[in-house]
Amino acid sequence: MKILAIPGSLRRDSHNRALLLAAAEQLPGDVQLELFEQLRDVPPYDQDDDREPAPPAVAALRAAITGADALLIATPEYNSSIPGQLKNALDWASRPLGSSVLMNKPVAVLGASTGAFGAVWAQAELRKVLAAAGARVTDAELPVPHAHERFDERGRLTDEDIRERLREILELLVASARPRVPVSAV
Amino acid sequence: MSTTVHPPKTLPSGTWTVDPVHSHVAFSVGYHVGTFRGSFAPLQATLEVSDDGQASLTGSVAASAVKVQDENLAAHLQSPDFFDAERTPEIAFASTAIRPAGEGEVEIEGQLTIKGTTLPILARGRIGEEKSYMDRPYFGLELEATLDRTRYGLNWNNPLPNGDPALADDVTVTAELFLTKSA
Repeated sequence: MKILAIPGSLRRDSHNRALLLAAAEQLPGDVQLELFEQLRDVPPYDQDDDREPAPPAVAALRAAITGADALLIATPEYNSSIPGQLKNALDWASRPLGSSVLMNKPVAVLGASTGAFGAVWAQAELRKVLAAAGARVTDAELPVPHAHERFDERGRLTDEDIRERLREILELLVASARPRVPVSAV
Repeated sequence: MSTTVHPPKTLPSGTWTVDPVHSHVAFSVGYHVGTFRGSFAPLQATLEVSDDGQASLTGSVAASAVKVQDENLAAHLQSPDFFDAERTPEIAFASTAIRPAGEGEVEIEGQLTIKGTTLPILARGRIGEEKSYMDRPYFGLELEATLDRTRYGLNWNNPLPNGDPALADDVTVTAELFLTKSA
């Protein structure tokens, strides 16, 4: 199984990127985590450009999502919401709505911020956006407040409570992405 | 060729299958200042009525068969936010009791399964005229029931700026069945 991890922050030393790398260490042995590093390259959404072939960075994003069994997105919080570039990328990925690469895709949301609330509002907004795009959104959040105090100078997570909650949310995500027998109605 | 007409009192005996082209299953739910309507097609349904009046009704539609007036909305309705057509592809009804309820009407108790959740539901039904064409009897049956969508896990909402929910919880389901007697 492969999980595509998307950091919502573009910053090189991003706490959210570090959080995703910490997540990689908590996954079962048969689950790989691939970090999506091209968020910066995604052009602004323009319906005039939304045709085949898609812009290269958009095609790369869609292919990366298609090739993954699940998504893990870590978002910072900008003005009580998600960063514009992350929203822009999800807008591209959500098209065309009924058959987009996000439709039915299992996804879990995390968030780190240097403030006291750990990007809870951004996480709620991100779950809303993903659900509207047809994704299978894990009903859980992982706020990481005071993020600058929870990683060491090498960017490694030092908070054991956060690590435990990270492991729990990843279990939910992996369970959601495992092939299941279709539910038949009674 | 002849057409005969019988005034209906109770469900006529026999095995009756639904004519999907001339039948309609629909839902309506309060949305903002009005009523939002959609439907499902095609529909499968069978009504069995024994000579002693015992009856059972079963029916189903595919969750992916939801019909609304915008393809983006149809996609959203099939997503995990609403019917989750990928994981729970069928919406099914099976009656547990059918009894007369006044002149030309019936009450139908049954089990309705939506999004993998099965709950009891009570429908009120009106029996239409029975006719026959080319020795093939047919009649109409109109059903209506109300359910709380959130009990089936269809929880989506989007609060309006004043805090009120945009979409109501109670949904009215109607089925207009054109039933033809099996040969």
